[in-house]
Amino acid sequence: MSVHELSASELIAQLNAGEITSTELTRACLDRIERYDDRVQAFLQVGAESALEQAQAIDQKRKQKQPVGPLAGLPVGIKDLLCTQGVVTTCGSKMLEHFRPPYDATVIARLKQADAVLLGRLNLDEFAMGGSCENSAYFPTRNPWDLERIPGGSSGGSAAAVAAGMLPLTLGTDTGGSIRLPAGLCGVTGLKPSYGRVSRYGLVAFASSLDQIGPFGQTAEDCALALEVIAGHDPHDSTSVAQPVPAYRAALRQPLEGLRLGIVREHFGEGLDAEVEKAVREALRVYESLGAKLVDISLPHAKYGVAVYYLIAPCEASSNLARYDGAHYGHRTDEKAMHKQLAEERAVLQAAGNERGLGQLDSALVRMYRASRAEGFGAEVKRRIMLGTYALSAGYYDAYYLKALRVRRLIRQDFDEAFRQVDLIAGPVSAAPAFRIGEKADDPLSMYLVDLYTVSANLAGIAGISVPCGISQSGLPIGLQLQAPAFGEEKLLAGAHLYQQATDWHRRRPQLP
Amino acid sequence: MGLTRDEVEKVSLLARLQFTPAELERLTEQLGQIVDYVQLLAELDTTHVEPMAHPVDIANVFRPDEVRPSLPRDEVLANAPHHDQECYLVPAVLGD
Repeated sequence: MSVHELSASELIAQLNAGEITSTELTRACLDRIERYDDRVQAFLQVGAESALEQAQAIDQKRKQKQPVGPLAGLPVGIKDLLCTQGVVTTCGSKMLEHFRPPYDATVIARLKQADAVLLGRLNLDEFAMGGSCENSAYFPTRNPWDLERIPGGSSGGSAAAVAAGMLPLTLGTDTGGSIRLPAGLCGVTGLKPSYGRVSRYGLVAFASSLDQIGPFGQTAEDCALALEVIAGHDPHDSTSVAQPVPAYRAALRQPLEGLRLGIVREHFGEGLDAEVEKAVREALRVYESLGAKLVDISLPHAKYGVAVYYLIAPCEASSNLARYDGAHYGHRTDEKAMHKQLAEERAVLQAAGNERGLGQLDSALVRMYRASRAEGFGAEVKRRIMLGTYALSAGYYDAYYLKALRVRRLIRQDFDEAFRQVDLIAGPVSAAPAFRIGEKADDPLSMYLVDLYTVSANLAGIAGISVPCGISQSGLPIGLQLQAPAFGEEKLLAGAHLYQQATDWHRRRPQLP
Repeated sequence: MGLTRDEVEKVSLLARLQFTPAELERLTEQLGQIVDYVQLLAELDTTHVEPMAHPVDIANVFRPDEVRPSLPRDEVLANAPHHDQECYLVPAVLGD
């Protein structure tokens, strides 16, 4: 097998055994990016020079028999939403086109400490808002299995880079499915850890009570390897939980006899693509043959998940994104043009004797905010800020935001109840394989409904993983989602690993032209 | 249900955004559809359900009140669109 077909775990073994150097591996990744990324467009930025420097430094360390970290020499790609000191971090937005964070996100610091080679910034929906990667202010990323289709989002670049063999390991973030969805649609393995498992310090906030950082790799073992590095309490994030980080890789081999797998009645209803249902049911049969017990369960409030999510997430986003004011950092409107425009508006109102209009005219500061934000944000980000501001405004707060928080608790209670009967929940990641670029561009609501199977995990704070479980007749990957109670990553990863030991869907790679 | 164009325009000021008349039309329609959809929640009786703002039950976290270094000012200001080495510069707030 050539280097780009090997998993992160296999490559680490080869690096440790001296069968390959980090410099060779990094060059191989760069070559592949050079060859394919003009079509896939997973990368916003490739840091070839700095990656090769890091690789050489680690090769040197190994040569001198110095101790090295658990990811020593492995090229890793970063969703461009995670602050990296001195490296432009755009969040897929024109707002932050030139933003260089003065500090590292905790996960970045941990990757560096683990001797990973940071190679490139990966594309995303602007500020992680979207499920298709079409909302990037720069360009849409394409699905390596079919370049006319979306890779899923928002961490589309992170999934596509692994699927195309350009990188063995990447980091993404998941607020309502943004790791699991693209992993499923691109045929790779993607883990959303429990809320509080991984520090969010330096993750540019979208919805603070939902955001989590997690890895993409070829296998559950790759995700376990990465999670061991990035998980754990961080004094910089008081919502990160002070629980010890288990040896996730060792836990992969725990015996799972009698594993109770919950099958959610509501997940197999109307709207589920027949091929997806068939692949997921086939995966469940595989589990049965491996000794798992399938248990029929109900999550009665599952159908409210999207409505709850599309209130809570925009409310938190409208508050979080208030920081982009054109004053502290990020885009600012051209002030001269702005003053000229305001003067013209004033003159027109004065000529018409419109006292009311004059009274309502923006002050220069307010207009600076409004113009900077209107220019810096894309359509979807503005839509969500508007939705959140509306739902939080006087008169609507109780009916929308507070109501959503109450239903959120019911969703959480459904999971608590379910996990009394089962160890893991299994089902589809998305209702259908990847759709065509542009297909849902004019219909935000239908785009939001893509998140049906994934948002509940974020609302409840539990863990989820997407593993490849089939390929459609038109050659598109299908994903299986497993979910575990909060801080149940050991069993979650072991459950995914068990399946990957018995199947080879995770080994299938797209034929890139 | 739905929203009116006037409401959307009012919210655009609260959100410190601005839209062209055509954008406002489109947004009024799209936000209306989403707001209609989330009405789905109204069918649930949640009178006795506690709101859940956060997935982890957390209390305040305190650290000792000790002086610690902050980010270097020049590095922070380097990202500012307009500054004078010491302060952020913005359009005049008073006397406008």
